[in-house]
Amino acid sequence: MNIKELQTFEHDVLVVGAGGAGIRAAIECAQQGLNTGMISKSLLGKAHTVMAEGGCAAALGNVDKRDNWKIHFRDTMRGGKFLNQWRMAELHAQQAPDRVRELEEWGAVFDRTPEGLISQRNFGGHRYPRLAHVGDRTGLEMIRTLQDFCVHKGIHCHMECTGLDLVMDDGKVAGLIGYWRETGRFVLFKAKAVIFATGGGGKAWKITSNSWEYSGDGLGMAYRVGAELIDMEFTQFHPTGMVWPPSVKGVLVTEGVRGDGGILLNNKGERFMFNYIPERFASETADSEEEANRWLQGDKEARRPPELLTRDVVAKAIKKEVEEGRGSPHGGAFLDIASRLPAEKIKKKLPSMYHQFKELAEVDITKEAMEVGPTLHYFMGGIRVDSDTQQTNVPGLFACGECAGGMHGANRLGGNSLSDLLVFGKLAGDGAADYIKGKSFGNIDEQQVQSVVRRATDILNREEGPNPFLVHEELQELMQKNVGIIRTAQELEKGIEELQRLKIDIYKVKAHATSQYNPGWNEAIDLSNLVITAEAVARSALLREESRGGHTRDDFEGEREEGLTYNVIVKKNDKGEMEARRETRKDPPHTLAGIANATLEELEGGDG
Amino acid sequence: MGKRTFRVWRGDKDGGRFEEYSIDVDQGMVVLDCIHRIQALHANDLACRWNCKAGKCGSCSMEINGKPRLSCMTRMNTFKDDEVITVQPIKSFPLIKDLVADVSWNYEQNKKIAPFKPRPKDSDGNWRMRQRDVERVQEFRKCIECYLCQNVCHVLRDHDRKDQFVGPRFMIRLASLEMHPLDTEDRIPKIKDEYGAGLCNITKCCTQVCPEHIQITDNGIIPLKERVVSRYYDPILWLIRKIFPKKNK
Repeated sequence: MNIKELQTFEHDVLVVGAGGAGIRAAIECAQQGLNTGMISKSLLGKAHTVMAEGGCAAALGNVDKRDNWKIHFRDTMRGGKFLNQWRMAELHAQQAPDRVRELEEWGAVFDRTPEGLISQRNFGGHRYPRLAHVGDRTGLEMIRTLQDFCVHKGIHCHMECTGLDLVMDDGKVAGLIGYWRETGRFVLFKAKAVIFATGGGGKAWKITSNSWEYSGDGLGMAYRVGAELIDMEFTQFHPTGMVWPPSVKGVLVTEGVRGDGGILLNNKGERFMFNYIPERFASETADSEEEANRWLQGDKEARRPPELLTRDVVAKAIKKEVEEGRGSPHGGAFLDIASRLPAEKIKKKLPSMYHQFKELAEVDITKEAMEVGPTLHYFMGGIRVDSDTQQTNVPGLFACGECAGGMHGANRLGGNSLSDLLVFGKLAGDGAADYIKGKSFGNIDEQQVQSVVRRATDILNREEGPNPFLVHEELQELMQKNVGIIRTAQELEKGIEELQRLKIDIYKVKAHATSQYNPGWNEAIDLSNLVITAEAVARSALLREESRGGHTRDDFEGEREEGLTYNVIVKKNDKGEMEARRETRKDPPHTLAGIANATLEELEGGDG
Repeated sequence: MGKRTFRVWRGDKDGGRFEEYSIDVDQGMVVLDCIHRIQALHANDLACRWNCKAGKCGSCSMEINGKPRLSCMTRMNTFKDDEVITVQPIKSFPLIKDLVADVSWNYEQNKKIAPFKPRPKDSDGNWRMRQRDVERVQEFRKCIECYLCQNVCHVLRDHDRKDQFVGPRFMIRLASLEMHPLDTEDRIPKIKDEYGAGLCNITKCCTQVCPEHIQITDNGIIPLKERVVSRYYDPILWLIRKIFPKKNK
């Protein structure tokens, strides 16, 4: 292929991914007057952000005036088991309120308090009602607001266009090669900076709330050009995914159900979460049903119900109940809202949950309990970035949203992803805009382009090879079994070994027919990123010999003091092999450490 | 549930045909699961769009036994045991391949709509709105852009007047802006002339197929038509405006 014949676009900044983080980053670039391009694998407005239900965390203090950014920061650090990048958690808590108000300015219609302000709801791990929301479809509201706003900003939005690989010039990003799903034709984007907002890699697991798009594209592409990945062992298993019928296993049930009073029961009718309260949270969690109920009624002296403990705690509790024979008929726990709220209120507060269970499981949640169990939901880890600029260790490459790591530490609080993507989407846009000042376009190396294109077309041209869909299923089985919610060295080692074998299959897969809108071919291409993502998780998990947040080792129970001293970093070494290592954490800034360890009374009220 | 037979449209803009596939169907499966199984086992290159698989993203619209549906929300046990399931792409838009239609026209319509323009904030930097007032527009903002309403709209489907009518999806988008408690932009002239509110003859087909159960016609299009009427065709208001000219929303 002659590079001159390749369709080419030039953008100052190219954003890869059009979920919340991507669109927010693109808006920032466009508002600064940059020629901004954005590509997305799907149509605009379909990204996983639409699945976010509960809300967007920001210490607006509209419902409880005691709230402020310091308490949000403290909650985030405690939820992340103190492994978060301190500066990211600080920026996030400080800037989230402005980002939410800005959305309102752009047309978002959040639910209101009786005084007419943006209403906020309770969520796991958040001390005060903090999640700005729209019923249980907050993500849809956010992405639509961003989408409708961005179409007037002159952003060049290239839909159904998938990134294949970055093009490098002298160690710096010079562009990206992609292909159009519709035609299968290749396209070159020359760019001075590229922002990845590609989401996680949940599709490596069998039971997941993620769609086909979440194949770790950004992680794979960044890794191949030498970017570092951080905290990859921390994968969030959301405690409440649907477990029945089999075809919907993993589909998300919002934490809002518990925020609005829903309780978890085992098959003996016991409210088992009272038995799983970790010591760190004991002083802030109700120890009787009576107190939990008072809290729900709005008693500010009462402590929070244990169902609202962080996601890692709740997910492991459900798993344990099931293992010990107290699970629901289809291997989950019962989530009961029917006996807690009047039917009309449930339909109003949780309309899409009502709809989802009615249509997909033939369960009326206003009359019966739901059956729920853990589902792979979110990657805390991701591409390592500078906390202030979101730049990776590869010059010109930025990352934000789920594909970036560090903000959430070992476990993400619900509601902190929607705020994360707004805060860091904007900062990534700022970072890229600063970076490109005075820079011109890099040179495009023809050989790089050709090898990327050849790798993609080989899949169609080879005579025979494994079926990409079946190889994907194999990968999912392997990860579910060996790199699941509870891990051991033995299983992780076996997983890594099997991944090596599977990698060979992945390089040999064959897609039939032409490249025009061909899901088999698209799947085959995605697999090469997904397997890198899967291996990074497995290798990181093997290295962390303790249990913390979203990473649980059966052979190393509980948090170890040493575990707080390092982050696991994954990088391609000189031989082209994947290498995971522990990197010592820097001491936190004195003031931030003080806030994280302060009592609530010391922080409450005012601006903190 | 045993073996089931599917007739799936295969082809592109140059033509095509129905292909028959027979697959095992398990309990609880929806039509989209079946398409995926066909894709994995018999036709790797069968094109279809999907994302969330929970009725929230509006990607997997298709016509299933003649009815426009989200395939992820269409359970197999809603069909008779021996019923052959016919699946084809939505018809109002040009075909790309198999079950995928080119819906880019819709994205062009959205760009034509004047953006949200809020009134100034209250003195403390907040906006205040009553829950009752926001609920009216929240109904429209539930839209997941599946374009099933566009697909069944007679004006677009049968008469192909895409140059004169933006369709139900964008009428409710307009309604969500026009009824937004903070918005100050005036879109009524364009709703009359450019977006073609008058072309809708209120057959309510759009409302019937809406998977979000939005009352597109009753709560969205009809009130917009009324606003057009009172602006342009109410003689008393017309006279008042002649005597006291001011910008009136």
